[in-house]
Amino acid sequence: MIRTQEYNLNFGPQHPSTHGVFRILLTLDGERVVKAEPICGYLHRGVEKLAEARTYTQFIPYTDRLDYLAAMLQNWGYVMAVEKLMGVEVPEKAEYMRVISGELSRLASHLIAIGTYSLDIGAFTGFLLAFRERETTMDLLEELTGSRMTLSYARIGGVAADAPDGWLEKVDKFMDKMPTCIDEYDGLITGNEIFQARTREVGVLKPETAINYSISGPSLRGSGVDYDLRKAKPYGVYDRFDFDVPLGKNGDCFDRFDCRMKEMRQLVRIIKQAIQQIKEIDGPVIGKVPKVIKPPVGDAYAEIETSKGIIGYYVVSDGSPKPYRVHVRRPSFINLGYLDEMLRGYLVADVVAILGSLDIMLGEVDC
Amino acid sequence: MIENASALVEELGKKFNYVEINEQSTVIVPADKLLEFMQALKDDYDLDFLTNETAADYPGENKFEVVYNISSIEKGYTIMVKTSVNRDNPELPSVFPIWGGANWQEREIYDLMGIVFTGHPDPKRILMPYDYEGHPLRKDFQWKGGRE
Repeated sequence: MIRTQEYNLNFGPQHPSTHGVFRILLTLDGERVVKAEPICGYLHRGVEKLAEARTYTQFIPYTDRLDYLAAMLQNWGYVMAVEKLMGVEVPEKAEYMRVISGELSRLASHLIAIGTYSLDIGAFTGFLLAFRERETTMDLLEELTGSRMTLSYARIGGVAADAPDGWLEKVDKFMDKMPTCIDEYDGLITGNEIFQARTREVGVLKPETAINYSISGPSLRGSGVDYDLRKAKPYGVYDRFDFDVPLGKNGDCFDRFDCRMKEMRQLVRIIKQAIQQIKEIDGPVIGKVPKVIKPPVGDAYAEIETSKGIIGYYVVSDGSPKPYRVHVRRPSFINLGYLDEMLRGYLVADVVAILGSLDIMLGEVDC
Repeated sequence: MIENASALVEELGKKFNYVEINEQSTVIVPADKLLEFMQALKDDYDLDFLTNETAADYPGENKFEVVYNISSIEKGYTIMVKTSVNRDNPELPSVFPIWGGANWQEREIYDLMGIVFTGHPDPKRILMPYDYEGHPLRKDFQWKGGRE
């Protein structure tokens, strides 16, 4: 008589496919996942507690360390919440600099997402190609901010500095080249038969489930839900640009990947328009902000669209120079809340494909 | 027809006599009416996306404030709902049956702030180790190190 039983398999925390330190305790029936228990917290630094002992400005570099692949977008979300609390007006030029540097950050993050995803699936060349353009993006961001990853470029009321001479032209030139590079990735990865066989109809996420579980970013739009804060609730100057929100159809791993790929084409359009428009604007890059930042008593919540999804900052002020409470709504963290049900019924080999398609960032998950 | 968040908040203030609206257009709801109110938000007002759920500690007033930011995908607006819970016995009903997005967020609040959500399917710590004692985001938490 043959007796079968379920067994456990430990995945991570030190495993390259988790893109950080993340553990999943899998219960398997043969090769099928019966239950998955995601365990996080290995990178927990207590950023929210640290914020309570720093001034408002001192907290900006900590936000870099959440999603360090798209640091500008993290800075931006935080300063927006503080600006909302204080009622500070941001100069037009600063808004454009935020858009350009923010979209460059999004590009860097998406390039890593698609590069490492192809690596997860087993295609090493895709990874190398994506890193080639990422290097250029990093160089551009370094020239602007002095730092490659932890940018800390946004300031409460504006940005740290104006673009150096000739920088905008360099970005413009790079953006001219970018669509052909994306064609190259499309040819190598998206159109690849093995890649499609591994990702299509795997990890299907239904639109109503995605909304119910507060999943955001390309993972939500891959299921066909049209919800991009840049379009739905335009912040900054996003209402002045003409761009589309790419949507998926089936909500499988391939659609989520493809959304990121198409989003890169759209952000190239946004940056090109922003460069056109910023040339006609003259003025300061930082608004009138007091030296010591003491917002009035109260609270504010602001959210923006990052490369991973919706990042929100809830800031409470008690009138002192230090925030009373800062909470970060991290998209990667909340996107993982549905991972257990998402993995059930798929094969062990699909676990990596599904986890990779959510594009999580452990610095952000564990906060 | 409700077009924006402030119109919605005004309507909510009229319809539900137990809610309070403060000057920042935040809806304050008593803890015992929380579930009933949240269910109505989802069913009658299309607020289908729980963006954010968090808590703040106010030891001076002996309370925790739990904050919900809820959006409507279709209409594109977001409202803030707050409720208070006594610090001595911090217990609130979980909104997980209404919005699945509360799943990990409530676990995080329990872990860091120590508010127990009744009816949560998996009420355990998420960021700190399972055998950890204390809740670090409370204001009276004694932490080692740090700088003054």
